[in-house]
Amino acid sequence: MNHPLLFRTPTGGRVDRSRTLRFTFDGQAYQGYAGDTLASALLAHGVHLMGRSFKYHRPRGLLAAGAEEPNALVAVIRDAARRTPNLRATQVELYDGLIAESQNRWPSLAFDVGAINDFLSPLFPAGFYYKTFMWPRQAWHRVFEPVVRQAAGLGEPPTLPDPDRYAQRYAHCDVLVVGAGPAGLAAALAASAGGGRVVLCDEQPELGGALLDEPASSLGASINGQPASRWLADAVATLSARPNVTLLPRTTCFGYFAHNMLSLNQRLTEHLAAPAPQAPRERLWQVRAREVVLATGAIERPLVFPGNDRPGMLLASAARSLLNRHGVKVGSRVVLVTGCDAAYITALELQAAGVTVVRILDTRPAAAEHVTRAALAAGLMVSANVTVLGTSGRRRVTGLTLARLAATGEVSDRESLACDTVLMSGGYTPTVHLFSQSRGQLRFDAAQQVFVPGVSAEREHSAGACRGTDGLRSTLDEGAAVGAAAAFAAGSRGVLASYTVQALEGSLRGQPGVLPQPGSHPPARAFVDFQNDVTSKDLALAMREGFESVEHIKRYTTNGMATDQGKTSNMNALGFVAKSKAITVPQAGLTTFRMPYTPVTFGSLAGYDRGDLFDPVRPTPSHDWAVAHGVVFEDVGLWKRARYFPRDGEDMHAAVDRECLAVRASVGLFDASTLGKIAVVGPDAATFLNRLYVNNFSTLAVGKCRYGILTREDGFVYDDGVIARLADEHFHVTTTTGGAARVLQMMEDYLQTEWSDLQVWLTSTTEQWAVIAVQGPKAREVLAPLVSGLNLSASELPHMALAHGHLGDIPMLLMRVSFTGELGYEINVPSGHGQRAWEMVWAAGQAYGMTPYGTEAMHVLRAEKGYVIVGQETDGTATPDDAGLSWAIAKSKADFVGKRSLARPTMLATGRKQLVGLRTVDPRLVLEEGAQVAATPNQKVPMRLIGHVTSSYHSAVLGHSIALAMVADGRARIGQTLYVPMPEGEIPVTVTTTVFYDTAGARLHD
Amino acid sequence: MLLIHCPYCGQRPELEFRHGGQAHVARPADPSATSIDEWADYLYLRENPKGLHAERWRHVHGCGRFFNALRDTTTDVFVSTYRCGEPRPDGGSAR
Repeated sequence: MNHPLLFRTPTGGRVDRSRTLRFTFDGQAYQGYAGDTLASALLAHGVHLMGRSFKYHRPRGLLAAGAEEPNALVAVIRDAARRTPNLRATQVELYDGLIAESQNRWPSLAFDVGAINDFLSPLFPAGFYYKTFMWPRQAWHRVFEPVVRQAAGLGEPPTLPDPDRYAQRYAHCDVLVVGAGPAGLAAALAASAGGGRVVLCDEQPELGGALLDEPASSLGASINGQPASRWLADAVATLSARPNVTLLPRTTCFGYFAHNMLSLNQRLTEHLAAPAPQAPRERLWQVRAREVVLATGAIERPLVFPGNDRPGMLLASAARSLLNRHGVKVGSRVVLVTGCDAAYITALELQAAGVTVVRILDTRPAAAEHVTRAALAAGLMVSANVTVLGTSGRRRVTGLTLARLAATGEVSDRESLACDTVLMSGGYTPTVHLFSQSRGQLRFDAAQQVFVPGVSAEREHSAGACRGTDGLRSTLDEGAAVGAAAAFAAGSRGVLASYTVQALEGSLRGQPGVLPQPGSHPPARAFVDFQNDVTSKDLALAMREGFESVEHIKRYTTNGMATDQGKTSNMNALGFVAKSKAITVPQAGLTTFRMPYTPVTFGSLAGYDRGDLFDPVRPTPSHDWAVAHGVVFEDVGLWKRARYFPRDGEDMHAAVDRECLAVRASVGLFDASTLGKIAVVGPDAATFLNRLYVNNFSTLAVGKCRYGILTREDGFVYDDGVIARLADEHFHVTTTTGGAARVLQMMEDYLQTEWSDLQVWLTSTTEQWAVIAVQGPKAREVLAPLVSGLNLSASELPHMALAHGHLGDIPMLLMRVSFTGELGYEINVPSGHGQRAWEMVWAAGQAYGMTPYGTEAMHVLRAEKGYVIVGQETDGTATPDDAGLSWAIAKSKADFVGKRSLARPTMLATGRKQLVGLRTVDPRLVLEEGAQVAATPNQKVPMRLIGHVTSSYHSAVLGHSIALAMVADGRARIGQTLYVPMPEGEIPVTVTTTVFYDTAGARLHD
Repeated sequence: MLLIHCPYCGQRPELEFRHGGQAHVARPADPSATSIDEWADYLYLRENPKGLHAERWRHVHGCGRFFNALRDTTTDVFVSTYRCGEPRPDGGSAR
């Protein structure tokens, strides 16, 4: 059924006919030439059917020749991991061995069961999914959702992880030119002539844009007396030779961000038959340009009439591009339906190439005289002032019915034409996507009936067809002028040029909307949005149902919401809405353009940030040792913290019980290096800390530590930690692991902006110190033989004291502090010595049964003592008093951050949640953290709840479960029974104080 | 990504900065002397203008300094950046 090369012209085009490439589409073998796209190569075989539509599964062929293609979406498959769905066949460059598949059809493209939807289409009007699937309720999960999920979407994603590499790059330039058509090339030439750094990008493999569509024959345009192709080759050669110019073909500028930052996606290997294994597949450019020139061209609109979506119905511009670039004829018998003069040129060129142009049907009373004359002179037949009533043919168009339509709605001169191809042209829409993304204001050009750039928001200039400029000479001149101006504005020198052009050209103007039809209702089968199957009837329904704003109509009908973002449909929808409501197009409004211009792969956006490079990892000094000892890690921010050390197949609970008991009975070893550390240094260091923390630090003696609490200005607990005074003017402040950065930020904020008179310097020292916690009754005995230069006795180094000395030969800051309630030390050594110090302590601890413990055991041990964890017991709404920490607040201080707020009535009112302990009646029952607490049993939903569980564990040393909770007026409820409602039933609990173990604190001071 | 002119380092990409909320909100010299309403204003009430806004930024991944900026909230154009302690350059309201 294929006719090899029947539709290829004998000569001409920009393809390399000496290089034949083989490929398959849906398993069928074909061949094409180097320089073909998948679409052009299929069309050379007469294959138009390339896809099925999204909703109705209608057979669809190629509509366009570029990025705007809505129908011919295909998957290109290299292997199971390299299956790229939803590619536009018009942008897939052919390579030898390419494998492509059609989408959204089963079992085959020619016979698709889903096409039943087309016959059931009365059931699927606009917004049907808002009106159906409402009941029965249970059917949603079991029936509707699975069916909808199966039916929704277009292509299938790959099943394996992406094995390819993706590069990313930042670039700066004086002028970024987007689009390398005539305007972009002229702009780049002018902007770079004076030496300014210019980047020129274009989404296509070859620079040239619309110039690539010019025929090489005498029909084609000439620039400065040369054929357009010659001028193009010279221009590209000139630009290539300039060291200040970067040319980026195959590079789509898809996003325009604030302050002239633009994102470009460069496809590096997609077109290669055998990419080098290590070569990056795509590169994301983030370009900061002093000035931007947008030369993004214009996109032709299809016409909207009944049956306008059959395979074999294309845009006139697509037919021209296929003929002149690829040497491909779109069909044998072509009817052109047009409301735009430019399409006449296509008809002339097709005829010259030997295609039968059955007739030109002009929807207007008349075309411009010069194109009409040229058509008639070439022997073409033109019928003006006609509309199209319908077409025939299922997998390929076979005919078209036209008629004259009087203003009264009367139809006359009905006539049918047999054809195998219908070309459509409704005029051109300037590609203002990037301009609109830059937040520039669009202006409606009433003469051209399109939106064009109005007021710029960025340092940006538009040139050529994207600005509504018509004609090759005007486009070139405008490109040059804008390029020179941009260079000048960027601080370099531009060089103006002016061009002479000889060409037969037609205007790009047209009238967006729907072709008039007899009868009051719009036809069901006139497609406005091809990719989302939106018809003029759907738009009319949305308006009838009261959707006024074009933004709402868009969302209700999904017009313009497909992957092509309405490139061919938005203006027609807008024209139709405006005409239906008898308002102007700008009154109807315009939907917002958003990035990306065309879909961008996740690989490109992710770039290098995958796998190990996704996020940095912060290992502690004992990391390798812990790995060797079977640790299970926990991610805490970027840190890898030891969570527990299971032995002999222990589960977490067994390991944590063992670790906790070892600390209580003998000695444990814990890596506390992740604690945030800030050196606060200077003559005013004590004053500074006094103003920030709730505690008094002026009274802290050198060589002593104090537990500090930091509240925000609103009075709520922000962070806590032990603060040590190393010298009169030097404090060693520790913070929570997660709070280190924000505490330093807060300190800097107050120091720089409120108390800039204070002589204080802040330095983050978190990474400078390794901190080894040795905790348990045997801690002193373990350390004594290792340390030199200091006395570990309770009288010389009591709880909350510090001393300088050596651990072996390693200089050490030793702090006697405890987060377990046991005799404890935290050994601070320079982090480079951390691993060695750890191993020294570990070796010395063997005689005492030293046990490494992780964050789980640390949590249990501190909860047994009622020590809070900021962020676990507190949640940003707890005052120090709520958390049971009011003892730490210095009463004598006139002010500290948060003090004023603590005096607000609401902070002093009764009913605030307070930290208490909870005991379950059943000692084995461990409450769920986050569970709610009720004052009375058996309440009906909604219950009145008075608190919540913040921490809950099994305590091995006590033999029962323990919990901490924030409960309204909790301290007044000690001894009461409260209730924790759970799905399995209510759990009665007794309110206790927060300290469960060693309430006298004797062990701490041992 | 915005380009921001740090008064100490020059123009740098937004990645290096951290936004710091409204500028010129001075902490009362003696908070205990403020009324409950004055304190609530200081704590919670901030401007949300359409147009020029004086706001704090910190060049956190650079010099670490806080500074103030005058930015148009409708266009993201920075009219000016200036050091802490300097008056708002357009003479606009500084609470």
